[in-house]
Amino acid sequence: MDFEHTEERKLLAEMVRRYIADNYDLNGRHTAAALPEGFSRERWQAFAELGLIGALFPESAGGYGGAGADIAVLFEELGRGLVVEPFLAALLAGTVLAETRSDCPQLAGLIAEETILALAHEEADSRYDLARVTTEAKHNPDGSGWVISGAKSVVLAGDSADWLIVSARISGEVTQEAGIGLFLIPANADGLSIRGYPTVDGMHAAEIALEAVTVDADALLAGEGSGYAMLERAIGAGLLALSAEALGAMDVSADLTVEYFKTRSQFGKTIGSFQALQHRLADVLIEISQTRSSLINAASRFGSDDRQEREWALSAVKVCAGRNGQMVAEEVIQMHGGIGMTWDYAVGHYAKRLVMIDHMLGDADHHLLRVANLSKGGE
Amino acid sequence: MDLNYSEEENAFRAEVRAFMETSVPSDLAAKVRGGKRLSKADHESWHAILSRQGWLAPAWPVEYGGTDWDPVQRYIFEEEYVRAGAPRIVPFAVTMLAPVLIKFGTEEQKQRYLPRILDGSDWWCQGYSEPGSGSDLASLRTRAVRDGDEYIVTGQKTWTTLGHHANMIFCLVRTKQDGKPQEGISFLLIDMATPGIEVRPIITIDGEHEVNEVFFDDVRVPVANRVGEENKGWTYAKYLLGHERTGIAGIAFATQALSNLKSVARRQMKGGRPLIEDPLFASRIAMTEIELDALRTTSMRAIVAARDGNSPGIEASMLKVKGTLIRQEISNLARKALGPMAMPYVTEALDPGSNVEAVGPEGANAVSSQYFNLRKMSIYGGSNEIQRNLIAKSLGL
Repeated sequence: MDFEHTEERKLLAEMVRRYIADNYDLNGRHTAAALPEGFSRERWQAFAELGLIGALFPESAGGYGGAGADIAVLFEELGRGLVVEPFLAALLAGTVLAETRSDCPQLAGLIAEETILALAHEEADSRYDLARVTTEAKHNPDGSGWVISGAKSVVLAGDSADWLIVSARISGEVTQEAGIGLFLIPANADGLSIRGYPTVDGMHAAEIALEAVTVDADALLAGEGSGYAMLERAIGAGLLALSAEALGAMDVSADLTVEYFKTRSQFGKTIGSFQALQHRLADVLIEISQTRSSLINAASRFGSDDRQEREWALSAVKVCAGRNGQMVAEEVIQMHGGIGMTWDYAVGHYAKRLVMIDHMLGDADHHLLRVANLSKGGE
Repeated sequence: MDLNYSEEENAFRAEVRAFMETSVPSDLAAKVRGGKRLSKADHESWHAILSRQGWLAPAWPVEYGGTDWDPVQRYIFEEEYVRAGAPRIVPFAVTMLAPVLIKFGTEEQKQRYLPRILDGSDWWCQGYSEPGSGSDLASLRTRAVRDGDEYIVTGQKTWTTLGHHANMIFCLVRTKQDGKPQEGISFLLIDMATPGIEVRPIITIDGEHEVNEVFFDDVRVPVANRVGEENKGWTYAKYLLGHERTGIAGIAFATQALSNLKSVARRQMKGGRPLIEDPLFASRIAMTEIELDALRTTSMRAIVAARDGNSPGIEASMLKVKGTLIRQEISNLARKALGPMAMPYVTEALDPGSNVEAVGPEGANAVSSQYFNLRKMSIYGGSNEIQRNLIAKSLGL
């Protein structure tokens, strides 16, 4: 038993941390977030030069990582830096491609950070349920492929993506796992309309409407029998990544608070000397430590072939990230007082990211119920 | 990063499990599982079984009768004996006093007391808290005044767990009145049969007698019974409190309790369906399971750090707070799981020999009293608030 990361992963983490510290301050983040796409292509290119995306995928798909610990290490650093560039979208879509079409140019482009991909699976009424898919894919009457119609919601990086991976129902009832296909669609396809917008935490997403979008037969990445399972694995990678990102954001939020405790004075003393505040902070640190442990568990079970073990751990860590992330967000603002409410100070931006992470890929309630169901064997 | 046990550790677990399966008396396991009262003889016979095997005090150095197990092995050992339904090893002698004796005691003290712990001749209790000194332990006032080669001890200790079983008590006493309170404390070993000692029971809210008050009225204690130097007792006390903190989370006990809770929730019905299928209750259990799964890893992180020679730092405080909260929550859910059947409390039925029958499903009789009993966990061992103070202090606040 050993809780140390490998030297390679430590180096990766260090490199990213240093790069972010030198190049990615809060103002830089604000500037990038205000760009039309919600991030900076320049920074994205700079990250590309560090080869970060390759860490998310195995060698078989052209990367050099892909293990749970690789994903966790990288996203923890991205969380510390409040990075807005579309890494999560890359992980979600890339995971699908890595498993279904590892030699496709889109994946190679993604790893080189030349191509942007997005996974469009959520719908207005799906509420985190991956099986609830109303977007339909029908065989093209002319026999040459598929016609896809429907709408997707809050697609991360959906407005900057060159390619979209869209979940659509080929057969079955609206809530059935079987019958869901995953399709690779160019973002400029006819019938596709994309409305991008900022999110409250400084990221970007899009509403996407598909009106009889026609694609070739080879657009189908995973069909009726395997689409859902593929989607679940991609989302699983996303749960791990988001939880790691949350952990990084929690750590920085707590560090900022400790620092503030030592400098801010009231009643003639530093506020860190007040027990009421000390105890709040202690509880925050305990929950952060719990989140880290849960992340270690999830990262190590991420590669498990035992679906129940793997998905249990992934939902569990998302519960910790969501629940503890909100707790940390609320507490650090409270412990800072007024300054925590200001745009110019970092802690509020971490808080927003932490709370919004709970809205992504299933909130704490969703995953808590999923853990309960997985614990008793069925879902 | 590798969360798996090594082959050697798995083999070790198998060895311990095999021993436990044949060695934990089934009537004892039944009492523990059923939440029945354990007698002094129950504890003593279990200690004797472990002692014969050389496993009563795994953390001691081999030369004094311990083992060469590392912290991971000691954790596995604890997991396995709890799993087998054995009671917790009474900690006062084995995990509290002995490390202090081994580190600070004279050779004579070690030679005298350590074997008597292993063979069950002595039952030790702890004389730390006083009515006026709980969390502020250093303010303690029980006095020891030097008179030739004896101290004369006067004062009162309280919350003395299982003191009514004990023939020996280790005490913190004040040997200097002026100066910093921490610098006037000494560590004494006192024979409970000495004239002037009186033990009175404290009955706790569950109606049980577990803790006591111990009164000292001009009790004569040989100076030879002092551990270490005069007025340095606080150092030894802190060493004691800091020792073996890696086990403080009580993971093995919580795991066992959670598994019991789940079987109760499978048997209890709600709306004609097993309670465990009720989404609200299932979610509450799931939350605890998630927290325990994380805490197990938090605990293993500290244990592995200890194995690798790093002293457990503030993690011990975090483990204490979270570990006790989780155990309290499990007992809370166990109580709720039984609904109205958590109310009947037929105390006679808790006595193993009694033929009075409890009311309600198996285990229901003790479930609420257990819940009330476990309120103590966030108070003892340095209250959870004291632990939060320590966490803040470690940050330089």
